[in-house]
Amino acid sequence: MAPQCETTGPVSEPVLSVEFDDVTGAGDQQDDASFLSRHLGSDREQALQLAAELGFESVDELIDRAVPASIRMTKQLQLPPARAEHVALADLQAKMSANQPMRSLIGLGYSDCITPPVIQRNVLENPGWYTAYTPYQAEIAQGRLEALLNFQTMIVDLTGMAVANASLLDEATAAAEAMAMCAAARPKGKRFLVLSGCHPQTMDVLRTRAEPLEIELVECHEKDFADLGENDPELLGALFSYPNTRGSIADQEAMVTQLKAAGGVAVVTTDLLALTLLRPPGEWGADIVVGSAQRFGVPLGFGGPHAAFMACSDAHKRRLPGRLVGVSHDADGRPALRLSLQTREQHIRREKATSNICTAQVLLAVMAGMYAVYHGPTGLRKIAGRINELTVNLAGRLLAAGHELESEAFFDTLTVRPVGVEAGDIAERCVASGFNLRRHSDGRLGISLDERSTQQEVELLVEMFSCGESAGDSDSLGVPTGLQRESDFLTDPVFHDYHTETEMMRYLHRLEVKDIALNTSMIPLGSCTMKLNAAAEMMPLSWASVHGLHPFAPADQVTGYASLAADLEGWLAEVTGFAATSLQPNAGSQGEFAGLLAIRSFHRAHGDTERTLCLIPTSAHGTNPASAVMAGFEVMPVRCDDEGNIDVEDIRAKAAANAERLGALMITYPSTHGVFEESVVEICRIIHENGGQVYMDGANMNAQVGLCRPGDLGADVCHLNLHKTFCIPHGGGGPGVGPIAVAAHLADFLPGHHIGCGGSGKPRGGAPVSAAALGSASILTISWMYVAMMGAKGLTEATRLSIVNANYVAHRLQEFFPVLYRGEGGLVAHECIIDLRPLKEQSGIDVEDVAKRLIDYGYHAPTMSWPVPGTLMIEPTESESRSELDRFCDAMIGIHSEIRDVIDGRCSADESPLTHAPHPAETLLVGDWSRSYSREQAAYPAEWTRTSKYWPPVSRIDNVFGDRNLVCTCAGMDAYQQDSQSGGEA
Amino acid sequence: MNVPEQLKYRDSHEWIEANVDPAKVGISDHAQAELTDLVYIELPEIGRLVTAGEAVAVVESVKSANDIYAPVGGEVVEVNEAVVNDPALVNTDAFGDGWLFKLKLDEGAAGGGELAALLDADAYRSHIS
Repeated sequence: MAPQCETTGPVSEPVLSVEFDDVTGAGDQQDDASFLSRHLGSDREQALQLAAELGFESVDELIDRAVPASIRMTKQLQLPPARAEHVALADLQAKMSANQPMRSLIGLGYSDCITPPVIQRNVLENPGWYTAYTPYQAEIAQGRLEALLNFQTMIVDLTGMAVANASLLDEATAAAEAMAMCAAARPKGKRFLVLSGCHPQTMDVLRTRAEPLEIELVECHEKDFADLGENDPELLGALFSYPNTRGSIADQEAMVTQLKAAGGVAVVTTDLLALTLLRPPGEWGADIVVGSAQRFGVPLGFGGPHAAFMACSDAHKRRLPGRLVGVSHDADGRPALRLSLQTREQHIRREKATSNICTAQVLLAVMAGMYAVYHGPTGLRKIAGRINELTVNLAGRLLAAGHELESEAFFDTLTVRPVGVEAGDIAERCVASGFNLRRHSDGRLGISLDERSTQQEVELLVEMFSCGESAGDSDSLGVPTGLQRESDFLTDPVFHDYHTETEMMRYLHRLEVKDIALNTSMIPLGSCTMKLNAAAEMMPLSWASVHGLHPFAPADQVTGYASLAADLEGWLAEVTGFAATSLQPNAGSQGEFAGLLAIRSFHRAHGDTERTLCLIPTSAHGTNPASAVMAGFEVMPVRCDDEGNIDVEDIRAKAAANAERLGALMITYPSTHGVFEESVVEICRIIHENGGQVYMDGANMNAQVGLCRPGDLGADVCHLNLHKTFCIPHGGGGPGVGPIAVAAHLADFLPGHHIGCGGSGKPRGGAPVSAAALGSASILTISWMYVAMMGAKGLTEATRLSIVNANYVAHRLQEFFPVLYRGEGGLVAHECIIDLRPLKEQSGIDVEDVAKRLIDYGYHAPTMSWPVPGTLMIEPTESESRSELDRFCDAMIGIHSEIRDVIDGRCSADESPLTHAPHPAETLLVGDWSRSYSREQAAYPAEWTRTSKYWPPVSRIDNVFGDRNLVCTCAGMDAYQQDSQSGGEA
Repeated sequence: MNVPEQLKYRDSHEWIEANVDPAKVGISDHAQAELTDLVYIELPEIGRLVTAGEAVAVVESVKSANDIYAPVGGEVVEVNEAVVNDPALVNTDAFGDGWLFKLKLDEGAAGGGELAALLDADAYRSHIS
């Protein structure tokens, strides 16, 4: 993703205003060149055959039966006509060429860097990495789990802490999560201190999170810590910045000691690269450390996506939000990795969770971890040392010329008060020469150097400040003596063994092939919409005009982004039937939070401060109640009937009984059980009649696009998961994007942003939820490409085929596994739930055994035990062909026959291949094979596995052992390896 | 399923042995079986005053995380460090070595009817069947 490798699309005249005729392939004559025919797994003829097998004469008839007429759209979406791949690429390139990627020395937590091409090509641009799902099925995810363990080890080493998680959304939200951890640790606490010098966007997000939780945020100074006294139960903790937003590095150990004496928790935001030279926060008392790993090889991308990090001391590890990779072992005693402590997450804890985080930034964390693997500790120290030397040189010459510096202790950032020259003039001259500086409100200028800085750049800068050759005495400048790092870091072999491109390329490949991603087989995860992430959608990410912009660059340099955002906001508003959209939330959970905040602000603006009750069906995803609590709501569960439908009478009763304080209802549509409930319109009406607002969870939007719209159904807010419905790849567990669309009366309450330009430029009154105005801006290009290439008819066709495919799978499997929950027409929506419980009762084989046996067939399991325990939820999406659907169904039917073997007494459950699945090659090739089934049956359960076999690297992983013995760094893996070796010899 | 006669039960599956002082609290054998292998237990601070029904501890298995509620009010006077170090004790001996904490009962518990409001072994047995 280096700007040098700009990819240019086929040369053609840019088409800015698209006026040509509809060329979508869903029209009467299907155009072979159209993208639609590449995106859909079946063409019209094949889709008709699928419908015919289900007894329908046409796809229309099937859709009419599946989707109740009362909720259907009567007109087509109003979107630009579909464009072919090369045309859409050319159009987007023309649009984004309005951006001016300058050398942005703005800092504020975003530093330009060099993405090693070996990482760009083999990770970022490689579907083996970017199309993988979150590593819940650990046996098929050992590659990215190892990459994440590298990331965690890197964070632990650099920060000097005990444990680190596998990444968070951005630095500002990570700081807010740290504040929430303090609140969980100190239930009586009310006050959180922020030492002056925190990044302003971090302060903004802290304010957003603190307000509904009634946490008082106090900006304070060094002297305030001396006055804290002892054991103040109302004190939560404090946030320190190291270095601070103005670049200064201060010894804060005394303040931390005073804070802890008062009982507070010490949170530190920091810069990973600086920590290669600085004494790490873990060595001076920090309890929680957060920051961004962006400058470790991840492009600026106008704000994201990047991997933020969080590390903590042992005492706080059980409260660490997000994902945590830990070491365990498999059934044969091999070391194996898995996600630890999953039960702390909101999907289990619901309204009792302290965080709604249910994603990470895996792809970016993998890149950052690999940057450290590739450079090693010596390489990182060299990069940091060079940046610091250049900054010292620049500082010395600025001082010699009479300019004033905020601090003489710094790593890469200077805050300068120019003397004898107008700051504004300097800043303008810099822009004319291709540099952006930070302009402080007090007239000072900020300069942050980075990995791309050179001596030549320093020469240009000193010229702007009218400095001379002389650097004066620079001995006292830079990293102060007492704060220099003395401890080692990144001592694990993984950070030393892969410093040549050949070794690195092979290491990345070795990890990649341990995992199942979409380039292996269908990933039929219900509620996750693992559809095609097309190459053309991904290509713009590699353009400098997309990735090379600082999120706080001046508005006139980012007009391409403004135009992209305006397009996408408008399109998504049209798709959802709403008036306005915010692209800021950088995950679905963030969208929920932002949407509920909009509802809360709306009520408060009308004086309804008591409207804080949020009704949530018991079938809702656990993130819903967790988000509601974060946004200041009290959660009241609403019942569901045996069919999984929301109990309308229960809603009616609870809404009426609480009409004075009803704030919102959160509802998923189609339901989490994969059914189009006709009652949704009635439910929305009941909520409105009682003064509440309806929040619609857009997780299942893939069943709605072009057929019905949340706005038309009566909802007021809806979030979308662009990483599901709109083709952003899952990245192995992030990034995601969770925009919210709202009705007109809520538009003013969408998240605003106080720094830089606000996306499409519309001022918004709501509180910011992300560090950057457009959140994970660069990957919005993916969804733009998808909508541009599909057009209205194409998007609708995709929805229709996703419903046809789900019903086809349900139809083929129903003879073997009961299909739970169908709509009134006897059909499911875009996913189906199959029930394994009756078979478990007869055989003892459970849903996990089935999931693990699917691995031997080369498949990632469907969603397991959600929303109903003991079931599998299958969502095939529109992108899978009939042959792939059949292959998957054949695998399920093959597994059914192995379950029958147990039921009919041909083998016991203990002896079944299901119980021992998955089967790595190493397990099968032991000298003595003593199991009741053959090695062949284990490894080649279906004919196709003979020609194309996915070999799992480990057998069944022991989750209990891993959670009881929490080890989350590479060192643990090595120690384990040695232990198990010596154990083997004994 | 093992349901000792001398104990009282909460419908959320905590047991209390109240005829000793201080009273001993744990989770039932049925509860540990439903939770499956426990991996982590968080116990209250000694000296904490709790009221009946207050969430005072957390037990986690690889499948779920559950709050443990005080069956009656009182002061936490002792916690079982052994189960913190080895949560499996609750799985192997829920009514014995797997106890969680001890309560010195307050007025409400002893005389105020909180104990009387709990389930006896028969009632709990039918509750879980």
